[in-house]
This record gives sequence, C-alpha cells and structure tokens, in this order.
Amino acid sequence: MASGTGAATRRSRRGRSSESARSGVRYPGWYWPSFTLPGVLWLVLFFLLPFYVVVSLAFGTVDPLFRLPLPVYQPWWWSFDTFATTLEKFYAGDRIYLDPLIRTLLYVGTASLICLVLGYAIAYYTARRAGKWKGPILVLLISPFWISYLMRIYAWQSLLQPDGYINDAIGVFGVASTVWIGEPITVILGLVYGYIPFMILPLFGFLDRIDQNLLEAGRDLGAGSLQTFRRVTLPLSKPGILAGLVIVSLPMFGDYYTNDLLGSTQTSIYGNLIDDAVGQAGQGPEAGSLVLILIVIVMIPMLYYLRATRRSTGMT
Amino acid sequence: MSETALAPDRPITVAPPRRAMGWFRNPWRKPRVLQFVTWGYLAWSILPVVIAIVFSFNNGRSRSTWQGFSLRWWYQDPFDSVWNDIALRSAMFQTFRLSVITVVLAVPIGTAFAIGIDRWRGRPASTANFFMLFSFVMPEIILGVSLLLLFSNLLEGAVRLGTSAQIIGLVTFQISYPFIVVRARLLSIGPEYEEAAMDLGAPPGQSLRRVLLPLLGPAILASAALVFADSVDNFVTVRYLSGPASSEPLSVKIYSAARASPTPAVNAAATIMLVSTLTVIGLAWFAYRRTTRRRGDAMSAAGLAEL
Repeated sequence: MASGTGAATRRSRRGRSSESARSGVRYPGWYWPSFTLPGVLWLVLFFLLPFYVVVSLAFGTVDPLFRLPLPVYQPWWWSFDTFATTLEKFYAGDRIYLDPLIRTLLYVGTASLICLVLGYAIAYYTARRAGKWKGPILVLLISPFWISYLMRIYAWQSLLQPDGYINDAIGVFGVASTVWIGEPITVILGLVYGYIPFMILPLFGFLDRIDQNLLEAGRDLGAGSLQTFRRVTLPLSKPGILAGLVIVSLPMFGDYYTNDLLGSTQTSIYGNLIDDAVGQAGQGPEAGSLVLILIVIVMIPMLYYLRATRRSTGMT
Repeated sequence: MSETALAPDRPITVAPPRRAMGWFRNPWRKPRVLQFVTWGYLAWSILPVVIAIVFSFNNGRSRSTWQGFSLRWWYQDPFDSVWNDIALRSAMFQTFRLSVITVVLAVPIGTAFAIGIDRWRGRPASTANFFMLFSFVMPEIILGVSLLLLFSNLLEGAVRLGTSAQIIGLVTFQISYPFIVVRARLLSIGPEYEEAAMDLGAPPGQSLRRVLLPLLGPAILASAALVFADSVDNFVTVRYLSGPASSEPLSVKIYSAARASPTPAVNAAATIMLVSTLTVIGLAWFAYRRTTRRRGDAMSAAGLAEL
C-alpha cells in the first residue's frame, strides 16, 4: 500500500527535524512517545502478560489432591514436569498427540500447496489476462473477506449433507451418494476454501506490479511463453509466493472449527487438541503447554513474514 | 527484382500455428484454462454462501433440501424464527454491542499509536512497533487461549469472562488494523502539511487537531469499518472469552447450532451478519471514495480493499 512512498518520506523526515528546530516549534521529548502510551500499556497487559501466564501454567505444577492447576509466577521455581507430561504425549506411551500432529502437517501442507497452485493461476489470470473483467473479478475475490468464515464453512456443511446439493450434483453423473463429512479430503478442501483468499491477494499484488516491459524483453530475447514465465514472472513473484504461504498456513495451524464442522474425531488436528484441552476443567496447564508448542512451531514463519513485509512497506 | 518475382509463389502471410506446440507457444492465444479456473473458483467461492442465504427462506426445517419459500425462519415462527428466538436475538445484540465498543476503543488507541510511532524514532519505538505487527500475524487461537488463561488465573476475579473479557480480547486482536491503515496513510501524506501549519505558527496541539487528524480522516474511517466488520465476524476470541450463555454472540451461536441440529433460522442469522458487515464496508467505501476524491488524493479505494 505504502511501498515506494516509504523511503521517500523517511528521507524528507530526516530533513525536517533540523528545519522545525529552525522555525522554532519544539516538541518536548515526551510528546510523541506519550501517544503510544495507551497502546503500549494495552499490549503489555493483554498481549505480553497472557504469554507470561501461559508459560507460568505450562511450567507450573498441579495440585496433587484436586488436580487443579497451580501456575507458578516466579521463574526460579518453574518446573518442567507438567510441560514434559504434555510433550510426552507426542512421542511416548500411546502417543495420542502424534497422529493429530502428523495430520496437521499433512493437511496444512496439502491445503497450502493447493492454495498456491490454484491461487497462482487465479491471481495470474486476474492480473494479466482478465482485461476489462479485472475490476469485477477483484471485487469478487475480495468478497470472502467480508463474509464470516463460519458462515462460509456452514454453507459448505449444508451442501455436503447426505441429502445436499453436492450429492444431487454427482448423482446426475451416476455416482452414488457419499458421506462427505468426516473425510480427510473434505477437511483439506474446507481449509483451502477458507484460506485461499489470503493467498490470492498478495500474489495478485506482486503479479500486478511486474513491469510489462520485462516480459516483452524476455520474449524479444527469444524466450517462449513458458520460459518467460519460468525465468521472469516466477522469480519476480517469489516474495508473493512465500508471503502467501505464510499467511495461509499460520491460521491453519490454529484452526479447529473447520474440522469441527466438516470433519470427525478421525480427522482432528492440532487446533482441536488445544480446543479440547481448553474445554476440560483443570486442563489449563495442558492448554498452556500446547499453545506454547504452537508458538514455537509458527515462530519462524511469523518472523520471516514480519521481516519480509517490513522490507516491502517500510513499516519499521 | 528477384524477390518480387518470387512473391506469387510464396505469399507472405502469417500462417496459423499448425502444430499443438505452436498453439501452446502463442503468447496471444486466449487463456481458456486460466479463465475456466478463475470463474470456476469464483463460483466455488460464492455460490455456497448464496445458497445458504436462499435457504434461510426455506419452508421446511431442512437446510439442504428446498421445501418452498416462506418467511418462517425470519419472523413468522413464534419460537424458532430469528426474530422470536430469544437466544438468537440476544446474540445479535451482543454481537452489535461488542463490535461497537471494540471500534470505540481500538480505533483511537491504534490511531494514537500509529501517530506516536511515526514521529518517535528509536529503539523503544521499533520494539513497540514490532509487537504491534506481531499481534497482527499471530494465529488467533494463541491469543484467545492465552487471554482465557490470563483471565482465569492471574486476573481471576478482576476481569470476569463475558462481555468485558470479550471486548478486551477483540480490542487486542483488532488494535493493529487502525495502526497499520493509519500508519500507511501517514507515510503517504508526508510531513509537509504539518510543517506548513507549524510555520504559520500553529502550536503542536492545534496542528494535530486541525491539520493531521482531518488528513487522516479517511484512513481512520476505513479502519473503523474494518474493525467493525471483523469484530462482527470474529469467532475464536469471543468464544473462548464468553461467560454465561447470554454473552455468546451470533458467530458462537452459529457454530454451536451447526454442530447440533441447525434450522434455517441459523441461515437467517448468518445472513443478518453478512448484510451488516457488507453494509458497513460499503458505506465506508463510499465515504472513503468521496473524502479522498475531494482532496484529490492519490490513494485509491483499492487500498481499503487490499486490507
């Protein structure tokens, strides 16, 4: 949005500080920082403090008699027993958390790839070849953002009912009615359906910005359309691909409602583990530990994304 | 001379590509496959929602088999229609209440934060900026569960689960919207207008109130609409932080109903949600277009859509 203007503004602002000093208007040192005070306080109280509580719960103890969680707020008394109990469910004993974790990686990976392939084709067509339809298509592509995710998944759930329109439609081709709800493919397609708009828009942004002259130069130098795509378009849209993959996969890791509405216990994923732990009394440390593990999993893509957007928008 | 003599034998025409590869390589051919994929996707994306809206007018209890048109689930049914079902109606008002209060809190805090960060340079500022953007990309379930654990342990009794906890959660999740939108706008308008005001002798407070805030108006308006629409649609945070059943907003009711035995009243409730979101976004879009066009602003309405 502000790309391009960022660098220019920053340059002129550096010039301003001396100028305004000359014209005599002085801001006291606390003037601008004080604007951020409410936001900073809010973030400290309701963004950082909750994580401290999560860690205190995960590294706290459990009341031996009533099985009530006892968070420990002093870091020097943290014990890793509770956290280890949760962690062991991934690799020791019955490994009850291992399957959901593998499923999560599988579903998120597959869904993200489908999002990428499908999203790239759609973004490419809209940015390049749609002609006069570009505007209307763009509006339709954005519209899912303003429709509640839950309503969209609920709409699909209705269509996939045994007596729903999907079975009616395949019945026309002579295919027998199928129970769709609870199948892995349904959950994966549900994830694609829910998150693909987040893939299409950044890709569109990057593809739309590619200079037409570069493509023509490629063609003039003898490259066919496939080669132009592979050696000009694709490298130039790589940041968009990576950003899109991160934006799409991050929320998928925490998603549980898609599976709740379209899947079954046989397709439960990591988000369901967290949601189940939250739903049970006295499972605070378990939920805290699972959230902590999720934070570790998504930390690297998150930091990558922040770094990438910072570079392209000059926001920091 | 010899070339003209040859001409009749070899007419110079652009031969249509004969082989399949030639057709494939032609960069000006119609992109039929891409066209098909795009329109197919759009149908896939939007048709289910349209069908869900149509089914809110279904005459039967089913949400998947059409049984004729009626307004039964909107207001005719004395108990189960969206208008007469007390639970659905209170959920609607809860959604509305949460969204309005979230806008009132998140937009000023986020706007002030953006202005402050834009002017205040240095390490603390970039740290605060980092955490703000961090809260933007954080998966919602992490924030929702963390806040739930905060309110049920450390702040137990201080903040009760229910409306106040939900508002805190929503504001924390939404505060980055006004920050990002207003910040982008600050970067694009630059410091010149304010410098001019200060050169004319305006004290800091006055140049802020009479120059900067009017210039930021469209961005603030746009972010208010974004926050409102997103709060109406929010599900994860408000569900974890809801207390008694009366504090459950519409999205949570839809989720619970979808897992049990939904009637088309749920479709009607979801339709109301959709219409209110689209109305607010649409109104903001028109207001944004009008205010920015009047000022001859370079920032297009696409900026609003992009976020």
